[in-house]
Amino acid sequence: MIKKMIEKVEVGEAFLFLVVMGYVILGIFDFALLTDVLTVLIRLIVRIAPILLIVFVVMFLANLFFENKSVSRFLGKGSGFRGWMIAVVGGIVSSGPIYMWYPLLGDLKEKGMKDSLIATFLYNRAVKIPLLLLMVHYFGWDFTLTLSIYMILFSVVNGVIVQRLTQRGLQG
Amino acid sequence: MGKKSNGNAPKQAFFNTTRAFKKSLPILMGVLMILALADILIPKHAYRFIFSGNWFFDPLIGAVLGSISGGNPLTSYVIGGELRQEGVSMLAITAFIVSWVTVGIIQLPAEGLMLGKRFAIVRNAVSFCTSIVIAIFTVLTLGIE
Repeated sequence: MIKKMIEKVEVGEAFLFLVVMGYVILGIFDFALLTDVLTVLIRLIVRIAPILLIVFVVMFLANLFFENKSVSRFLGKGSGFRGWMIAVVGGIVSSGPIYMWYPLLGDLKEKGMKDSLIATFLYNRAVKIPLLLLMVHYFGWDFTLTLSIYMILFSVVNGVIVQRLTQRGLQG
Repeated sequence: MGKKSNGNAPKQAFFNTTRAFKKSLPILMGVLMILALADILIPKHAYRFIFSGNWFFDPLIGAVLGSISGGNPLTSYVIGGELRQEGVSMLAITAFIVSWVTVGIIQLPAEGLMLGKRFAIVRNAVSFCTSIVIAIFTVLTLGIE
């Protein structure tokens, strides 16, 4: 029976179970620390909940309006310059933590999105326009602009290298 | 743009989205729990003791620290600002800031499960290397130390 239960458990659930076990062990040894961690966790969940909702809506719309063929045309083989632009701009304007976008990107990948464009999108998540003002505050305009430009340029380099190393060729 | 003609399409799209989301939720929850744990267990001021002022090792250490840390980029700017006041080189700080947002060791299991193990490992490894390259380019372009 236990064997059957283990077979039914998916990798994600096993991963979560391991982390929960870590929390339980922490709670046994230091309950006060666990309380602090749980407070941070609740704060994190509250902060990302609206973004998760946006991702859900975007995924729903993508499922509703884009068939595999459309995704392939815009983000797959032969998407060309337009594909790169969508990945770069999409990465910059998308909000929230990087891992919130994995489900959508996984979905688009199944529909034909190239690895290079996924990597480029994820890299540009680093360029966040609303946060740049704080970077300016700490490091100045010159540093912020130079770093942002390099990050955008290297996002494409990153995408090309990832595509090559995942052995799918430049066309994906 | 490839709009589905089936009248049942919204229902089907909702079902597909919910299914994909349900599959992703345990992984996302696990990542959030690890991030919360890291936030408490790694004090912000701990970073400043790690840099030695070495031009070869500091950017490497910066990139490693940025990779294993995570969370809001704002935190990396604040830590970077504090490190700057402590006299840590901009090469190390830049590598730290870039790898903080582009490399995710904590999120690696989730990325591997949803986007493919090979893709996740390759992307993070390449992003780690480019964080150091970007740091060198930025520092050389601006002529700062």
